[in-house]
Amino acid sequence: MNTETLNFTPKTLWQSLKVQDWLYALLLVAGAIFAYNQYSQFMDIYEVSFLFGAAAVFSYLGWRWKGLAKLVIGVGIISLFSIILYDGDQARATQAFLLKFLISSQSAIMWMNVLFILAMFIYWFALYKRSDFVGRVASALTWSAVLFGFVGLMVRWYESYLIAPDVGHIPISNLYEVFILFCLITSLLYLHYESKFNTKQLGGFVLLIINAAVVFILWYRFDRGADAIQPLVPALQSYWMKIHVPANFVGYGSFSLAAMVASAYLLSKKGILTSRLPSLEVLDDVMYKAIAVGFAFFTIATILGAMWAAEAWGGYWSWDPKETWALIVWLNYAAWLHLRMVKGLRGPVLAWWALIGLLVTTFAFLGVNMFLSGLHSYGEL
Amino acid sequence: MRFAVSMLTVLGIASIIGTVLKQNEPYENYIIKFGQFWFEAFEKLGLYDVYHAAWFLLILLFLVISTSLCIYRNSPLMVREWKTFKEHAAEKSLRAFSHQASFSQSNLNQQAETAETKAKLANYLASQGFKFKFNTQQNGDELIAAKAGTHQRLGYIFTHVAMVVIFFGGLLDGNLPLKVQELLGQKKIETLDIPESQVPAISRLTIGNPSFRANMTLPEGLSDNVAFVRVRDGYLVQELPFRVALKDFRIEHYATGQPKSFESDIVITDSDLKQPLTKTISVNHPLIYKGIAIYQSDFQDGGSAVDFKVWDLTKSDIQTSMLNGEIFKKGSVGEGSNQLTVEFNEFRKFNIINLSPDGKGKPRNVGPNITYKLRDATGQAREYVTYMQPMKLDGKFYFISGMRETVQEDFKYLRIPVDDDFEMDGFMRFRAAMLDSKLYPMIAQKLTANALTKDTQLQAQFEQSVVQLLTTFAAGGYTNVAQAIEKAVPEAEREKAAQAYIKMLNGAAFEAYNLSLAKNKKPLLVFNNDTQALLQDNLNALSDSFFYGTPHYLQLVDFKHAEASGLQLTKSPGQKWVYLGSVLLVIGIFAMFYIRERRIWLLVKKNGDKPSEVLFAMSANRKNLDFDQEFERTKSQLSQLLA
Repeated sequence: MNTETLNFTPKTLWQSLKVQDWLYALLLVAGAIFAYNQYSQFMDIYEVSFLFGAAAVFSYLGWRWKGLAKLVIGVGIISLFSIILYDGDQARATQAFLLKFLISSQSAIMWMNVLFILAMFIYWFALYKRSDFVGRVASALTWSAVLFGFVGLMVRWYESYLIAPDVGHIPISNLYEVFILFCLITSLLYLHYESKFNTKQLGGFVLLIINAAVVFILWYRFDRGADAIQPLVPALQSYWMKIHVPANFVGYGSFSLAAMVASAYLLSKKGILTSRLPSLEVLDDVMYKAIAVGFAFFTIATILGAMWAAEAWGGYWSWDPKETWALIVWLNYAAWLHLRMVKGLRGPVLAWWALIGLLVTTFAFLGVNMFLSGLHSYGEL
Repeated sequence: MRFAVSMLTVLGIASIIGTVLKQNEPYENYIIKFGQFWFEAFEKLGLYDVYHAAWFLLILLFLVISTSLCIYRNSPLMVREWKTFKEHAAEKSLRAFSHQASFSQSNLNQQAETAETKAKLANYLASQGFKFKFNTQQNGDELIAAKAGTHQRLGYIFTHVAMVVIFFGGLLDGNLPLKVQELLGQKKIETLDIPESQVPAISRLTIGNPSFRANMTLPEGLSDNVAFVRVRDGYLVQELPFRVALKDFRIEHYATGQPKSFESDIVITDSDLKQPLTKTISVNHPLIYKGIAIYQSDFQDGGSAVDFKVWDLTKSDIQTSMLNGEIFKKGSVGEGSNQLTVEFNEFRKFNIINLSPDGKGKPRNVGPNITYKLRDATGQAREYVTYMQPMKLDGKFYFISGMRETVQEDFKYLRIPVDDDFEMDGFMRFRAAMLDSKLYPMIAQKLTANALTKDTQLQAQFEQSVVQLLTTFAAGGYTNVAQAIEKAVPEAEREKAAQAYIKMLNGAAFEAYNLSLAKNKKPLLVFNNDTQALLQDNLNALSDSFFYGTPHYLQLVDFKHAEASGLQLTKSPGQKWVYLGSVLLVIGIFAMFYIRERRIWLLVKKNGDKPSEVLFAMSANRKNLDFDQEFERTKSQLSQLLA
């Protein structure tokens, strides 16, 4: 055999890019330039760098994960279409047929809710039937839910500027908005692992926590009318919000995902659904990977938060309840990672820990706002 | 290791205390909440400022020492692992690996020489991103030891060093030096509310203080060169190397009434500056000068001037006097032994309140209000809140003033109906008439004239009872009337009597109101439903005024708003250390999670010039699925390569 034909050199990312990948990146950069031309007067230098940074980051992520590239394009096209339908008039949300029933920000978010609920039942049905086809349907529904959710947020962003230019802001500023963000980020993280490990059996588990958030969104909207767009309090008027909040929710989302995988692990270990679920090794691995991602992003988010605090509150650390609970969450997962990486611990103990970690995380996310008062009192119930 | 995890857990649990118990509140609040005994117990434990308590700092210290020891113990090992190729691995141990495979002679290319095989393997390893080293063993076998991703080891060092660096930065900005100085008796917190200039040196921090977080409240037009550091139930005075003046403080509002921005125009004067430095600071946009960051932190009243018309609710005239006050200052009303001190506490120019009955309507601005206390000679005080403009309630307008006797209570509101001129004068004239016993016979006669009976004896009786009723009402409102009925009328007839009295009172009120109008040459009321409602509101207000707690009604008639900006001034030399540590931490975490250390050993056993066997062993410091997959892939690629 001729050795010359054997080339095992793995392709670098650049080598693996095809024409459509370049077109995708070009589209994002063009979009960023367009947005810059249109709206540069609303942005400071940091926000401009976030705009072009986002084009770069989403190009990279889209190259690595083709599914995400399709989502980004889909969200872009539908959001732009919705904005065209609005035609600069907020009242069109209830007049134009497509807006009223499909892609005004509120309708899109409602569709997201419905699709998430549907997807969960179908994931469980797929698990019960052991059907890959049904699993694919559930997966597609989850993708559509994410699509609608992001369209909802994008259009809400635009809508906020229709209320009044000085009211406009990125929709991640109150509890209602970040709950939507939580659903979207958690499901994206899940979909990523699903495409990587082909673990559709876990969908039902992960969507449990997402749908818990959906129930909250519905209650919050219909009982409390929390969907109204509120102007930003002075403390939140900062470019830091655009990076601090999403980074935090990658953390929260990953920790939640890890906890749901942990619950699947514990069930499987007890002999429940064992034959239907992925092997324990896979579950353990996904749980670890999720916590690793979560920990990395939670660390970044906390650091960004500290930097913001140094600019807004007069110090990078004030032992505000939210800060303190962020530290507690961080310490919790730091201990988890120590046990796993240094002690080499595996198995039910860590799964239980990840599950209980969700309680700590939930308290930091929600409980602090409900029960404790402090500087982070934006998302009060 | 176990110690480290325990320390993380203990620190986590200790941190919870400070989030559950509100920190750094005024000490009176804690006493009210816990009672004297527990208050003192908790104070000894430092629970009111947990994060600066000695025991908490001790936990942190333990954590840092433990981390430092970890670094000290493990770093040499990590560096060794980082550098080494482990080219001295023995065949026996390689064969014992969980991930190993052997390619025997039958699986190898029969033509290839050992050197050629070696080169091929080396090429392959390089193409996979491995670094390698050759080592010829004593028996002549060739070992290729390769490694990839050993930078992961640096992740360990980075993260752990980061923790120490961050803690060091935190320590620089913490209050440890102050605590030590307090223990040594060099500093003492001031607990008395005295002018800043009288604060003794022992409670003052000099310009040289490397780190502080202090507050300064600056009214518009004034300047200062000291700030206050709050410590437990007292404070320290922080001297500043420059002077800060507040030119203007502004609050902007959104169309909905919520605050949009808080801005202060400040001027810094310093002998090092050729001319004063003018700058506008706002939330999220501090000014940093001489290493001191100046933040917009809050705002309060800057001594607004407030002017009142003072009505005496108990008198039968409408004489008023003027009272001029200033927020945070004191004034007085009344005379002699009835004199009361007025403490003007708060003036608010905007009050966004939701007045819609179901609470679902839009909140609106109801205009300025003032909060003040009336304190008598014995020190007893009642607190009042009075709105300047009439408020629309259930479709009608009222002047609103609330009273409460303790801070725990809700305000009880007196609602005074407006007259045709949108003033309270109509009510005040009515009140004067109703309290003026000289008018009672006239009112009684007018009422009697309207009555149907012509019997003079009955008329006299009726007149007498009207006078009686008015006298009773004037001594304490409806409550007093009800008590009188209870005393004089048998239970069975009370209901009927009450109704008769109410009717009589309404009639009398109509006459009294018209008398007061006539006296002031105003057009008289015509009896209809609207008038009846107005009279009812007037009677209610009069009846409630007996429970207002004071005869003095302070009507806010004018103000000159002055604001004060709350600035926070901080110097934190530890900040750059904390940021440096943070960067190290993030790099370290990514290195630990996303660089995978793997090692490959390829042992080429020789039989003359030809290889007789190639032993392949692989290891990773973290075994997981990815590693299993990589092993399988490498194995299959090697078998193709060698065949």
